[in-house]
Amino acid sequence: MDFILIAEQTLNGLQLGVMLFLLAAGLTLVFGIMNMVNLAHGALYMVGAYLTTWFYQQTGSFLLAVPLGLAGTLAVGIVTEVVALRTLYERDHLDQVLATFGLILFFNELIAILWGRAAIYSSMPPYLQGHVQLVGELRYPLYRLVIIGVGLAVALLLWWVVARTRLGMLIRAGASNRAMVAALGINIRLLYTIVFGCGAALAGLAGLLAAPIFSVQPGMGELILIQVFVVIVIGGIGSIRGALAGALIVGMVDTLGRAFLKPMLSTVISPSAADTAGPALASMLIYLLMAAILAFRPSGLFPSAR
Amino acid sequence: MIQRRISSSTWVVVVLIALLAAVPPLAAYLDAPFYLDLLRRVMIFAIAALSLNLILGYGGLVSFGHAAYLGIGAYSVGILSFYGMHSGWLQWPLAIGASALVALAIGAISVRTSGIYFIMITLAFTQMLYYLGISIEEYGGDDGMRLASRSQFPGLIDLGDATSFYYLVLALLVLSLLLVHRIVHSRFGRVLQAARSNEARTRAIGISPYPYRLAAFVIAGALCGLAGALLANQTAYLTPEFMNWTRSGELMFMVILGGIATGAGPLLGAAALLLLEDVLQGWSVLPKEAVRDHWQLYLGIILVLVVIFARRGLAGLLPGGGKND
Repeated sequence: MDFILIAEQTLNGLQLGVMLFLLAAGLTLVFGIMNMVNLAHGALYMVGAYLTTWFYQQTGSFLLAVPLGLAGTLAVGIVTEVVALRTLYERDHLDQVLATFGLILFFNELIAILWGRAAIYSSMPPYLQGHVQLVGELRYPLYRLVIIGVGLAVALLLWWVVARTRLGMLIRAGASNRAMVAALGINIRLLYTIVFGCGAALAGLAGLLAAPIFSVQPGMGELILIQVFVVIVIGGIGSIRGALAGALIVGMVDTLGRAFLKPMLSTVISPSAADTAGPALASMLIYLLMAAILAFRPSGLFPSAR
Repeated sequence: MIQRRISSSTWVVVVLIALLAAVPPLAAYLDAPFYLDLLRRVMIFAIAALSLNLILGYGGLVSFGHAAYLGIGAYSVGILSFYGMHSGWLQWPLAIGASALVALAIGAISVRTSGIYFIMITLAFTQMLYYLGISIEEYGGDDGMRLASRSQFPGLIDLGDATSFYYLVLALLVLSLLLVHRIVHSRFGRVLQAARSNEARTRAIGISPYPYRLAAFVIAGALCGLAGALLANQTAYLTPEFMNWTRSGELMFMVILGGIATGAGPLLGAAALLLLEDVLQGWSVLPKEAVRDHWQLYLGIILVLVVIFARRGLAGLLPGGGKND
């Protein structure tokens, strides 16, 4: 009985972790290569969720809606990069934060105009519903297993692209010295746009995976974005490896904290005190973890080489 | 040239304060008490923006979590009031002290980092306090709580009276402007600005920036805590939304819009942003629903345009004000 609960929550933690990783990977790449703080990354997550839900409603086919939603998010990301963000790469972080904060307000309101302020209903296709029998008595929702699988596959794919392909070589070179890469005749603007587009598509993927299990509404991106920041700060800015480690740590700590902190506290202090302190402490847990890690390693667990 | 810029900015502040002082009789004459409320709000946010400008503008510390102290200040008033302690002599010093303590804790960790880390960490800590506010049901949780009474200063001033409250806020704004002016032009302020423009050189002449930055961070937090206590009294209501990260973003926008690291900037920026919001929400030129419901769409576009095209803010438009660097 207890084992089942623990195993289930661990899987939930893993599922949140891979979701955070999809977002953190794009954000950390954009930061590592363009030296750009993009608060609007969460807005792209929201765009991915809305577009896929809408395409699914229109076409009735989930398999068709997924590529359409991804392509739509990619297009929105590239347009945003070309129109607004490109001029900000050379600016300081303050300007980037403010401009992308403006973009968040813009995107949230745009979505509210198009689809309304209330959460919209998003369903998963019939063949992804239901539970799977894992070991023993443990039954787990199929859709959440799919999320874990997709997330881990993307992590593997990213590792392959960055470590083994020519594009990945350019990305790594761009992160360590962009002036040199430009001097060697690489079209650095195009590289930036490609990297930003990939980041946008990853955010869109996270959004479309999240749509059927979280609520799809304006502002959904910012709730998760701040957790993603914690992930990146813990993992080390600019490092994909760090993003993966940070995402799994944050996903686990947050999920397990919310599930088990209250019962654990009630064995130490009175149950009524645990009722108040448990949820409060659980919601603060990842931030306290971040503070503890920063106190010992100010540039995260896997600082990038710069 | 530098002398000229300072005097021009000071001159603007003096004119603005004089104008603000003239508002209550004018509002009474025009029978428009609404403006008293709006401008009091502007002045409270000006105090908050002023405190942020101290670390953001003069210290170069891009804090994306300044709304935390608005919340701490407001909750200090709210929680004491919840337990029946309505004395402002108790509430306001607690608001300032608690904000200073929280700023000390957050600052001790975050000021050690720089750049993007600093931005993300200040944001994350503020978000932590926001969730703390939401999860404590006793103090209203998500819904927040109503103040049973505004802070009481028996025999001195009655905050229930709109005009007295207005002049108290105005007086506190003037004191805050003077305080920040004195700090910026003291030796302490010089070191702070030196560390912003060149940290390596500052270290080379034998000064470690950390204690100066941390002290500035704590002073800014304490001053913003006062603004939070005022804000709770202004609305007679407080919610975790006071600490929402969008509030931190708005405070930053006020500083940039007004003109970063200028004396008049925070006041100009707070006035411009809040009046702009007010105009956008009630604009009669455009179809009403389209604007009133979605004014943040226009605000977002304006924000992006200001950052891209008008980097020196409103203070940069003043004569001699454009030579910031």
